[in-house]
Amino acid sequence: MEFLQPLDRKEALEAKAAHPEAVPIFGGTDVMVELNFARTRPRAMLDLTRIPEIREWGEEDGRLLRVGAGVTYAQIIAELGNKLPGLAMASRTVGSPQIRNRGTVGGNLGTASPAGDGLPPLYASDAEVEIDSTEGVRRVPVSEFILGPKRSVLKENELISAFYLPEAEGPQQYSKIGPRNAMVIAVCSFGLALHPEREKVGTCIGSAGPTPIRAGDAEDFIEGVLEEGGLWESRVAIDEAALRRFGEMVAAAARPIDDVRGTGEYRRHSVGVLAKRTLMWAWDEYREATDAA
Amino acid sequence: MRLRLEVNGERREVDGVWEGESLLYVLRERLGLPGSKNACEQGECGSCSVYMDGILVCSCLVLAGQAEGREVVTVEGIAGGDELHPVQEAFVEAGAVQCGFCTPGFVVATHDLLRREPEPTDAEIREALAGNLCRCTGYEKILDAVRLAAQRTG
Ligand SMILES: Cc1cc2nc3c(=O)[nH]c(=O)nc-3n(C[C@H](O)[C@H](O)[C@H](O)COP(=O)(O)OP(=O)(O)OC[C@H]3O[C@@H](n4cnc5c(N)ncnc54)[C@H](O)[C@@H]3O)c2cc1C
Ligand code: FES
Ligand code: FES
Repeated sequence: MEFLQPLDRKEALEAKAAHPEAVPIFGGTDVMVELNFARTRPRAMLDLTRIPEIREWGEEDGRLLRVGAGVTYAQIIAELGNKLPGLAMASRTVGSPQIRNRGTVGGNLGTASPAGDGLPPLYASDAEVEIDSTEGVRRVPVSEFILGPKRSVLKENELISAFYLPEAEGPQQYSKIGPRNAMVIAVCSFGLALHPEREKVGTCIGSAGPTPIRAGDAEDFIEGVLEEGGLWESRVAIDEAALRRFGEMVAAAARPIDDVRGTGEYRRHSVGVLAKRTLMWAWDEYREATDAA
Repeated sequence: MRLRLEVNGERREVDGVWEGESLLYVLRERLGLPGSKNACEQGECGSCSVYMDGILVCSCLVLAGQAEGREVVTVEGIAGGDELHPVQEAFVEAGAVQCGFCTPGFVVATHDLLRREPEPTDAEIREALAGNLCRCTGYEKILDAVRLAAQRTG
């Protein structure tokens, strides 16, 4: 086995072009499990942890943030809780302190599991994934980046360099179901983001389909309710019937399977409950924001 | 391949490291430091917890080459010489050690918690130790040990 340890972006891209079979590793919290259990014996490993820029995040134009693929969950929680509250919430549910200290959203995208907790907040705010190679940089909406369970559009000579996500313009939520409060792969999960300036609601179902799934019909429905009732301005509570209908429409959008973690039926039901609750919590926060102002 | 790193304040050089092995394997099998335990090799149990550049990690999930040039502190390096660290003393006194297999990981994770949060609440203790498993104690005595250590060091 070869061990490649590029020291900057250029070296990394050249290494990947020269060794397309090399498996990238950052936090190793997915890759090392595969290696330790001899599920894979790659010809080469490509360590990305020495590339300084991949660990950084910063502001692009206006409210857009560029977050390096190697920014850890611990960093997101400590440094981006205000700017990206939905992603920070999701990050807090990942594994344990040891896992959050090493694991990254870049690795979550690389693994492309429908249960990845970092993914629903990216879908709910229309994130884009930056893909880099010696041939150039391209940006792909996250919903087009992930193709299926553990499948993405990433080509052999490419690396994930960063993702772009707008700074939150309203309340965001993330909720996850599992047998305990830590160290669990989601049975199902739900991410929600209110975008008051655009009068939009972003959603994403996790772990109840082959990929994370945006509940487009439910978004259209609730945006209609908010607009027709003038609720963005009045900040009046959303009525119970509309909340329930939103939950039902999210449940209908799920495409769950039965597996060891839960049945499809349970997943469909519970993701509807999460949807209703997260909308209620986010809307309450939106309402309180003016009470305080 | 050759690996150079600092372990418990000492510079070490190891030859013949296989590119696919973990830092845990290097520590236990090549450097003679069996304090970090190998139980699951999948990040679930925390018994292999060490510091790498001051960050608490599962050494079974660090690829050996990733530790090149890094500073690693294992449970063997938590206390000076033959002394026990107050965290270790508290684990012994509180009866938080039964078979002892999980203890090194809990000691390092507790050490990490108390340097970040000298007076942790019970919720903070549970959160900080959520990545460490114990099959013997039922955790109550471990919580006692952490509270005791916090009292003495805080
Ligand atoms: C005990 C335990 C608990 C866990 N709990 C959770 C959880 O609660 N929620 C959750 O979502 N996940 C969980 N995971 C899975 C894992 O921690 C996450 O998927 C994490 O985001 C992976 O990040 P990493 O940096 O460690 O990735 P790595 O393991 O380094 O890499 C993961 C994949 O991405 C590829 N890759 C990494 N970086 C790049 C890059 N820059 N460009 C191209 N490809 C790249 C790798 O080749 C590999 O295929 C858990 C894992 C463990 C061991
Ligand atoms: S051996 Fe590393 S976490 Fe279990
Ligand atoms: S004391 Fe035996 S596993 Fe914890």
